[in-house]
Formats: sequence, structure tokens, C-alpha cells
Amino acid sequence: MRLVTSGSIVQFENVGLRYGTGAETLSDLTFTLREGGFSFLTGQSGAGKTSLLKLLYLAQRPSRGLIRLFGEDIVTMPRNRLPGFRRRIGVVFQDFQLVRHLSTFDNVALPLRVAGVDQRDLETPVREMLNWVGLGDRSSARPATLSGGEQQRVAIARAVIARPELLIADEPTGNVDPEMASRLMHLFDALNKLGTTIIIATHDIHLLSRIAHHEMLRLDRGQLADPTGALRNPPRRHGQ
Amino acid sequence: MMPRMQKFGEADRRLLPEGRLAGPMPWVIAIMMFLTVLAAAAGLGLGNAARSLGAGIGNRITIQIVEANPDFREAQARIAITTLQHLAGVRAIRRIESSELERLLKPWLGAGGLEADLPVPVMIDVDLRADAYGRLDLIRAAIRDVAPAARIDDNAQWLAPLAKLINALRWLATALVLLMIGATAATVVLAARAALDTHRSTIEVLHLMGATDVQVARLFQRRIALDALFGGIVGLGVGAFVLVLIGRRVGALGSELLGSAGLPLGNWLILAALPAGGVVLAMLVARVTILRALGRML
Repeated sequence: MRLVTSGSIVQFENVGLRYGTGAETLSDLTFTLREGGFSFLTGQSGAGKTSLLKLLYLAQRPSRGLIRLFGEDIVTMPRNRLPGFRRRIGVVFQDFQLVRHLSTFDNVALPLRVAGVDQRDLETPVREMLNWVGLGDRSSARPATLSGGEQQRVAIARAVIARPELLIADEPTGNVDPEMASRLMHLFDALNKLGTTIIIATHDIHLLSRIAHHEMLRLDRGQLADPTGALRNPPRRHGQ
Repeated sequence: MMPRMQKFGEADRRLLPEGRLAGPMPWVIAIMMFLTVLAAAAGLGLGNAARSLGAGIGNRITIQIVEANPDFREAQARIAITTLQHLAGVRAIRRIESSELERLLKPWLGAGGLEADLPVPVMIDVDLRADAYGRLDLIRAAIRDVAPAARIDDNAQWLAPLAKLINALRWLATALVLLMIGATAATVVLAARAALDTHRSTIEVLHLMGATDVQVARLFQRRIALDALFGGIVGLGVGAFVLVLIGRRVGALGSELLGSAGLPLGNWLILAALPAGGVVLAMLVARVTILRALGRML
């Protein structure tokens, strides 16, 4: 049973993150992401966007504070329960993190294989997804032979192939041309309309205008620049 | 598209790159297996020799009638045998024939046969039951009463040092086998750690996709098991070849004691099972090593 507290899929309360004994990279983060929402995470380089996403996709535990994901406290959760939560999350990494020795097809199929889907059941959806991102003819290519934009599209296809409940993308359109960026945003929008909660970290201010009902989180030196939430829940324009 | 049991299938084994996981590991295991086969064969062979020796000398005495006068010698031999036949606990009495004595003495006296005036003692092998062997002094006294020229040798007494040596060598062989098992396990630990380091980025991606530690460990287990199987079969093959060669040389010696250290079919089957044992050991050690290492990751 998926328990989500009062319509929120992610809850942060006074979360701080410190690497080693250094200063806090993230401080006093308190926010929620509502289920089915579409959020952008912005901020300058070094503001802590990637660190915040790492907390969201369970690659890092916070140094303090409370994080609830899908209604459960994941800070104190035993690590043997984490894989089940990770399978509900799709991630587009900034550096793609494609598996070098696997083909494009196998990279995209990875989340399905991890979930135990049969080879015969994954052939069609993976081929369709590759066609959708324009890589149908590169299915057997290794990542090293792909351009930066192609690798990014493989990373996006891999993140969405298993229809995650929460999609986290770190600069997902940074290496693609405007046309492909537009197509990818349409894909994210379509997934969002199907119920996937989406959070995208980006520098690209133009992306924000492509999604009508978005929320925004702005990080400034590890802290939310809009602690009251006024900015991340902007007033809707008339007719929206 | 219903998910089934969460383990990687046939097509997913390429999630780790093809080829050997940790370079020399199969060859190191082959060397370990070769030495293990030799040590195990030595242990089994020595066990057979010890059993054969025990069966041959256990509770056995040899009576020598050392008398220069052939008539007295023969008379004492006969009465000694008669006395033995009436003693409780005597299992078998065998007088060694002169032809056999001649054969035994041939290396010293030549092939010309025993001369009539050469006072060769009469020899009688006597097998006793364990209870009678415990009363050896009484038997010794009973024989000496009727055959004053009799000398009674307790075979176990003069073969005991050899039996002790064989037993010590058996323990040594067993210790060597255990050491080899330990060294093989250590090799697998090192190989598993090296493989984890080599494939750390892949493992991190798999983890972030939701792979469990057991799923990841299975990928490594299978590869390490294949390496161990390869090394085990090579080691067993070379070891068996060497054992056959040694067996032929021992056979050519014609030594009864060395011959008794041969390996029957059952022993060969035990040796043949060693690679399977090596594979199981490698899989278990790899699994424990990898799960412990993964447990330190988030």
C-alpha cells in the first residue's frame, strides 16, 4: 500500500547535509513536493542542487532533519528496504551514469531487468522508448560511441522506462538541441499528466516557461531562497 | 509486464563485462587445486597404507625356532604349532614354507638355494585376536615351555615407528589440504574485492536502479564460480596426470607397502569431487565477501 501523507510525495523538515567535517552543504531545508506535481529546482552552480537530488534519489542520507518519501521516514529506514523505494524513482543523472559496457538497449532496459521483468516482456517497451527518443537505430551502440546529446537521451529513456512515481532529473536538457529539448519536456509533461511527480534541476530558464503548472524551488548557498513557499507556488494566472 | 522473482536472468548476466573477473584468479585456483589434489591423494593413499599395515601386522606375532640341530628344530616347531592350536584367542597359524624362506633370503644368499647344512630358523606367523594379544606374555611363556629355542617377535613393536610415521604424514597431508582450502578462500576474497572495485560504478548504478545486494552478489557469484570451476578442472586434470605417473613408478618398484598406498576407485571419486567443492567454497566466500562490502554502501 502506498501511503502518501496529505497529498505530498516528498517532505523535508529542517534537513541538513554535511560531507565529512566540512560546513553544511544544505541547511534547514523544509519543503514538500505534492503528489503529481511538476517542480523545477534552480540555483547557481554550487548552490546544492545535485546534493538535494542525491537525498531525493536515496544516494545520500541527511546529516540531520526528517525526510519522508512516499509517506515513510527514509532517514532511519534500514538499508535493505531502500531498493524497493529506489525502484519507484527514475533518475536522470547530470553525468548520465550509463553503464559503459552495455549497449543502448541494455542501458535503457536496466531498471526493468532490476525489477525482474522477463526479456520477452521488455523488448517492445524498450524499442518503443528508443524510437521515441530518436535512438531506434542506435540500440546496439555503446555509450562511448554516442554523442553527449544521445547519451543524455539514453539516460532519460532509462529513467522513464519503468514508469516511476517520482522522476528526478539533473539538467536533463543540457546537451540536446532545442528541438529535442522541447520533445523531452513534452515527454516529462506527458508522464506528469499520467501521475508521475517530477522534479527537474536546471539552469535553463526557458524550460520553466514550457510547463504551465510548475512549482519552483530555488536554492541559494544550500538554503531555500524562498522559505515561505511563495515563489515555488506562484499565483496562477487567470484562466490557468 | 508483471515483475517476477527479483533476480537477474540469463540475458542479464552481461550486466558485468564478459571475460574473467580478476585476471589470474582461475590460474591461482588451478595451482591450489593441483596441490590440493596431490595432498588429498597422499592423505588417502597413506590412509590405505596405514589400514593395510594395520591389517597385516595388527595382533600378529612371528615365532622363530632358532636351533642348529634340524631334528630338534623341527620337533620344537611341531610342538609349538600344536601348543598354539590349543591356545585360546589364536586366529591363524601359518608356517612359512622353505620355498618362501628361500625367496626372502635370495637377496643375501643368491639364487643357489638353501644349503642343507645351513641352519635357517623355522618361522611361524601367528594371528591373534585382540584379547589374546593382550595376554602376549602368557602365550610367550607357553611357547617357551615347549620350545626353548623359540624367539617371539611382536610385529607391531618393530613396525610401530613406521605406522607412526605414516599417521604423521596423513595428518600433514590433511593439514595441507586445509591450508589449501584456506588459501583458496583468501584468493577468492581478494578476487571478489578486486572485482567490486573494478565494477564499482556499475554497482552504484544498479543500486540506484533499485537492485538489491543479493541481486548484485549473484552476478559476481556466478562469474567467480565459473572461474573456480575452470581452475578446479585444470588443477584436477594436471594432478590426476601426475598421480597416474607416480602410480606407475610405484608399481614398477614392486614394494608391497608402497603398493598398498594405491588409490581405489572410491578415492578417485573423492578427488574428482574436489573441483565441485572448490566451486561451492568460492561461491560462498564470494557471496559473503560481496554482501559485506555492499553492506557498507548506502
